[in-house]
Amino acid sequence: MSSLLQRTLPTNEAISLIGGSTTVRDRLLPAFFAAMLGCLIVGMTGFAHIEAVHNAAHDTRHANGFPCH
Amino acid sequence: MQTFRSIVFTALAAGLLVGLVTTLVHQVGVVPLILEAETYEAAEAVPAAAHSHSHDQGHGHDTAAASSPEHHHDAKAWTPQDGWERTLFTALADVLTSTGFALLMSSAFVLVRRRLSWREGLLWGLAGFTVFSLAPSLGLPPELPGMAAGDLMARQMWWIGTAMATALGLTLIASRRSGRTIALAAILLAAPHIIGAPAAPAEESGVPMALWSEFVIVALASSLVSWLALGSITAAFHRRLFA
Repeated sequence: MSSLLQRTLPTNEAISLIGGSTTVRDRLLPAFFAAMLGCLIVGMTGFAHIEAVHNAAHDTRHANGFPCH
Repeated sequence: MQTFRSIVFTALAAGLLVGLVTTLVHQVGVVPLILEAETYEAAEAVPAAAHSHSHDQGHGHDTAAASSPEHHHDAKAWTPQDGWERTLFTALADVLTSTGFALLMSSAFVLVRRRLSWREGLLWGLAGFTVFSLAPSLGLPPELPGMAAGDLMARQMWWIGTAMATALGLTLIASRRSGRTIALAAILLAAPHIIGAPAAPAEESGVPMALWSEFVIVALASSLVSWLALGSITAAFHRRLFA
């Protein structure tokens, strides 16, 4: 009986598979994209090779020990 | 979308606050030493001007260009005026950098499903300091303008690789208890330093050693202050926005 129930009633996992995993949608993807945005910003202020960006962020780069020049 | 928005709001608020704290610490501690180093750099640049043609090639593609004092080498590129304009752009860069790191930290809080107190945030700040400041500085200590250094691209790659390996190593130590995991973590933490950072060319720079050693200590101490502020303040805002 219980195995029949398991086969016929949708489990939580089955529901989340149907609707796309809530863990992936609600936590992993937003955290991933926010982290990528963070890397992009730090990459721009600390690592970009564009001369004007380097000059603007010059003292910040040296103070943070980012490789400079 | 709600989660993403909350992470961004957390990071914007924390980044602004921590960026202002960092700006204060940098202006008081680090910037005076950078300005002093630039006077030596400028003095050295005068005899070096004879072979300035190598500077036009941009950043360190060969040893000669990398080792020469190539600061401000491109006269065409925009540079903020010394004084308030330079300070303003340093403040802007400090706020942006803090916001970027706060985005990473708030994302990590979401991934580990934790709403931390500001005290626990201090520990995360310590981890951030270890990953992004302490570990890279073991191979590439913070440099002053005018100092000889290896190829820029190679140093950036080593820096990023070291930060990633250290972050992964610390994550393993924090999340798993098995002996095998700890051994793997130890390998990850040690590997960048066994491989070694790109070496600086053996060349005298005009910057005095005493000034540089003071700078390294002040820069690392400022980083520690910024990271502790970042950890605790990001944790506090994250807790509020993810109530």
